[in-house]
Amino acid sequence: MQNHILEYLDQTVRRVPDKLAFGGASDEDGMTFAQVDHVSRAIGSFLAGRGLWKAPVVVFMNRHPSAVAAFLGVLQGGCYYVPIDEEMPRSRIDLILENLRPQGILCDESTLATARTFDFEGELWLYKELVRTETDDTALAAVRARTIDTDPVYVYFTSGSTGIPKGVAGSHRALIGYIEQLSEVLAFGEDTVFANQTPLYFDASLKDIFPTLKWGATAYIVPKSLFKFPMQTLDFLIRHQVNTLCWVVSALTMLSAFGALQETPPTALKTVAFVGEVFPVKQFNIWKRTLPNVRFTNLYGPTEGTGICCYYHADREFGLEEAIPIGRPLKNTEILLLTDENKPAAPGEQGEICIRGTCLSLGYINDPERTAAAFVQNPLNTSYPERIYRTGDIGRLNEAGELMFVSRRDFQIKHMGHRIELGEIEVNANRIDGVRSSGCIYDREKDRIILFYTGEATEKELTVQLKQKLQRYMLPNVTKRLEAMPLTATGKIDRVKLKEIYETERKK
Amino acid sequence: MDTLLEILNEMHPDVDFETCDTLIDDEILDSFDIVSLIAEISNQMDVTISAKDIIPENFNSAQALWELIERLEDEE
Repeated sequence: MQNHILEYLDQTVRRVPDKLAFGGASDEDGMTFAQVDHVSRAIGSFLAGRGLWKAPVVVFMNRHPSAVAAFLGVLQGGCYYVPIDEEMPRSRIDLILENLRPQGILCDESTLATARTFDFEGELWLYKELVRTETDDTALAAVRARTIDTDPVYVYFTSGSTGIPKGVAGSHRALIGYIEQLSEVLAFGEDTVFANQTPLYFDASLKDIFPTLKWGATAYIVPKSLFKFPMQTLDFLIRHQVNTLCWVVSALTMLSAFGALQETPPTALKTVAFVGEVFPVKQFNIWKRTLPNVRFTNLYGPTEGTGICCYYHADREFGLEEAIPIGRPLKNTEILLLTDENKPAAPGEQGEICIRGTCLSLGYINDPERTAAAFVQNPLNTSYPERIYRTGDIGRLNEAGELMFVSRRDFQIKHMGHRIELGEIEVNANRIDGVRSSGCIYDREKDRIILFYTGEATEKELTVQLKQKLQRYMLPNVTKRLEAMPLTATGKIDRVKLKEIYETERKK
Repeated sequence: MDTLLEILNEMHPDVDFETCDTLIDDEILDSFDIVSLIAEISNQMDVTISAKDIIPENFNSAQALWELIERLEDEE
C-alpha cells in the first residue's frame, strides 16, 4: 500500500520521464518529470546528509517550477516543507521562523538577499547549489523505509485571530487520500493540463501539484502578473491548451466580468473547479453559457481538512436569488452538522460544519492549545477517541440533502479567495503608534475590508505602517478615522454600529 | 482627472499618483486594485472599460488611465 506521497513521482518518472511536468512563463522555465525527480533527489540527499529527519525546511523561492521541485526535495530528504513568500510581510515571516526554528531556509537567487536580512540563526541554502549534490540512493531509500504515512508532508500558515498565524501540518495519509478522491471527482488523467493560479504557499495549490505527479499530467505555474490582465491570462491558457482550472473565484471572475472570456473563450477547457468562496451566480452563469461543455465543480474545505472535503457539480444555470451548494463530502469523509448543544442538526436546521475522517490534518504546529480548541473529540462518539475538526462555518442541508454554506461563527472572512481573521488586522493596527483602537468590518457585497480606527495617526500613516505588517490581501480597502469608537454595552467594539456608519457614508 | 486621483488615493494613500508611472511594473496595483478601479470608474465616471483595454500600458500611470478614459468618453 502506498504510504509516501512521492510514490506517485517514482512511478510516473519511470513511465513518462521526458514529459513536461511543470511549466512556467516561458519554455526554458519548464521541468520534465526526470528533471523534477533528479533535482528532488539531489536536494533530498543534501538534507539526509545533514542528518535532518522530520524537521521543517522553509522554502523561500520565487513562484516557479523549481519551487515545486524544492518542496519534493524536502520530502525526499525525510523532512516537511514550509513555503514562505516575498509577498509576506516581514513580521509574519518572523513569527513563522520563531514558531518553527528551522535549521535552514532553502532560497533561490532572487530571495537570498532578503533572507539574509531575517532575524535567523540557521543556514541559508541556495537551490542552485543544492541541486548539484550527488544523489545518495542508499540514504534516500533509508528515508523512505523509515517514513510512515502519519508523518507530516507540509506546514501551510493561515490567518490567526490573535495576530499569530497558525501553521497547519498535513500528513502523507491525508494527502494521498485527498489526491485519490479529488482525482475521481474531477476525472483527472494523463491528458490533464492544469494552469496553477493559487499561490504555492497555500494548500489550494496541492490540487495542481500532486495530481500532476500521480497521473503524469502537466501543470503550468502561471506567472502572477498575468492575472491582472484578462486577455493575457486567456492567451496563456489557449497557447498551452490548458484543460483544467482549479482557481479561486476572484481569478475566474476577472476573466468573465469584463467580457474577455466571451471574446476569446479557451475552448480546450474541460474542467473548471472553483475554490475559496461562493461563486457569484451572475458570473457563474456567464461561464456556464460561454463554455457549455465544461464541467463546473464547486469545491469547499478548510486547510485543516487537507485541501477540500466537499464538492458539488454545478451542472445547471442558477437563478440570481439562488446559491450554489457546497454539495457532499468526498468519499471517506463525513460532514457532521452540530448544533450549539453538540447535537446533530435536524434536516434543514443550521449547525456548525464539522469534519470527520483521515483527511484531518495533524494540527497546528507547535501550538497544542489552538489545536485542542479546533480538533476535538467527536461529541457523538463516547466509545473511543475520535477527532473531528470544527470549521466555524455554519451550514444546513437543503431539500436535496446537499450542504449549503450559511455564515461564519466568528469574524473570519473570505476575501479574494484568502481566509482572513478580521482580528488579525485589528491586532496589527492597534500596534501602530497613533492608533488607540480599531475595528474591522467586511462588505461582502463589494468584497471590501473596512478598517475604522481612533487616534492621531492619519489614514496615510496608518496605511504605510499596515503595509509592513500585513500581507497584501489582508490590507483594508478603506480606512476611516473616527473621533470615538462605538462600543456595545459590554464594552466590545460595536461592529453593527460600524456597519451603519459605513452604509451612511457610502450613500452620501 | 481629479475624480480619478481621488479614487486612486483612497486605494493607496501612500502613493504619489501624479508622478508615479510604474504602477504595474513595480506591482503597486494588484489584481484586486484593477478590478476595484474599473468598478469605481464605471460607478463614478460612467465609463466602461472593457477587456481589450485592460492591458499594462493603460494602467501604469494615472495619466495613461486618464487618457484611456477620455478616449472612451469620446467614442461614446
